[in-house]
Amino acid sequence: MIEVKNLRKSFNGNVILNDVTATMQAGKCNLIIGTSGSGKTVLMKCVVGLFQPDSGDILYSGENFMAMAEPEKKEIRKQIGMLFQGSALFDSLTVEKNVMFPLNMFTKDNHATKLKRVNEVLERVNLVGSNKKYPAELSGGMKKRVGIARAIVLNPKYLFCDEPNSGLDPQTALVIDKLIQEITREYEITTIVNTHDMNSVMETGDHIIYMHKGLKEWEGTREEIIFSKNERLNEFIFASEFLKDAKDMRMLEMSGKIGNDRDMDELMNGDGPAIS
Amino acid sequence: MNFFTDFGRYLLLMKGMFSRPENGRMYWKEFMHQCSEIGFGSLGIVVIISFFMGAVSALQTAYQLTNPIIPKSTIAQIVRDTVILEFAPTLVCIVLAGVVGSKIASELGNMRVSEQIDALEIMGINSKTYLVLPKVMACLLMIPLLVILSAALGIVGGRVAATSSGIIAPNVYDKGLLENFIPYNVFFALVKGYTFSFLISSIPAFYGYHVEGGSLEIGRASTKAVVISCIAILFADYVLAAILLQ
Repeated sequence: MIEVKNLRKSFNGNVILNDVTATMQAGKCNLIIGTSGSGKTVLMKCVVGLFQPDSGDILYSGENFMAMAEPEKKEIRKQIGMLFQGSALFDSLTVEKNVMFPLNMFTKDNHATKLKRVNEVLERVNLVGSNKKYPAELSGGMKKRVGIARAIVLNPKYLFCDEPNSGLDPQTALVIDKLIQEITREYEITTIVNTHDMNSVMETGDHIIYMHKGLKEWEGTREEIIFSKNERLNEFIFASEFLKDAKDMRMLEMSGKIGNDRDMDELMNGDGPAIS
Repeated sequence: MNFFTDFGRYLLLMKGMFSRPENGRMYWKEFMHQCSEIGFGSLGIVVIISFFMGAVSALQTAYQLTNPIIPKSTIAQIVRDTVILEFAPTLVCIVLAGVVGSKIASELGNMRVSEQIDALEIMGINSKTYLVLPKVMACLLMIPLLVILSAALGIVGGRVAATSSGIIAPNVYDKGLLENFIPYNVFFALVKGYTFSFLISSIPAFYGYHVEGGSLEIGRASTKAVVISCIAILFADYVLAAILLQ
């Protein structure tokens, strides 16, 4: 579990994170959502130690990351895998060498063992046969999958994903979402995903933190988000008419007032959902 | 004020370079890769510049030495000393500041912008040690070697130009090369080579490592790195001459 307590971060006097307190639950897919500029990327970069917060505490399994010396922080970082928004693959290295890089740096295994592990994770992200390709030869979705493979190759305890769906078509985005969700379950990782993709929120979010203008506005599960009365959250999540209708449908369905088949029939006929 | 802030950040980068490598073998591979990139990658331009630098130096010296009392072998002495003292270490290093410096700044800048440096940090790797130190060390090894090569080729270039144009006989040129030779000049050239190597690698690394923004900023950082490196080389050249040639 990762706990963030009273975290503050500003750049040149401009407050980006204002007293943020949140919990990322162990073994679950935790989502940080919010509009652009709401501070979610800064929050993630503070949590992984790329930014030094002005004040506040970050606790990894109860241990205060902020109070640790650099060697201890390094040990924590070795338990972290991260998928970056632009994948951050090393341009000069092939897919195989990109994924093998953390193994080369931190293990003393022989080449055959390392290659076996690389092939295992590449198979897991459905990239068999792409070993010798360079990042420039890959599509956006493939780059993300290589990024995930590199992030999980050392069996991390924590997986951070910064906008994993940005720049991807909806179908590929769903594949990436599903992959992140499956990996979280299989490897029992604590996953933290930064996103403003509503599909991700509804499909993968076990625990959701909503950020607004540097403040944590709301925290809860994806079931709770449907019934939330928080206006800002509702405006953000259900921005379009289509999503508002979908929310109404889901609320009715969850409250047991209507059944799925009937909703679908009525939607297909254009009559809208009716309360039974 | 900005200068002092930048200088402080530069010193912190230099201090941050020296940490225990996570895996010595990986760092050694990176060092060898940089030696190949910096050393062999710059070989072509150094060979061409050095040869013509010596050749032009010989022709221009001959043009100015019209007094029949001055022996022709003096041309070889002047070419030798000019090349060793100034042309090989300073001119070649200024060219290398452009070739190597812009490469280092743009490579690190691109890695910063595309979050590759962040990816290294997340893995628990000291990016300053892994990315900057091998480049600085490779420059410190390869550039003085290029300076020595440049001096030799400059002298050969002078010989070829002077003898082929009939200004001086080959044996007279060779005789002139050995007259009044001061070995200290070679030491001075190497001191300059090492000093400039450090400047050529560390200044662009600083500007590249701290790029913020996108491709436009990478270009700006690269240009700034080359300009500042050249100014630093010329300043260091003056200081070293003032201190070591008294």
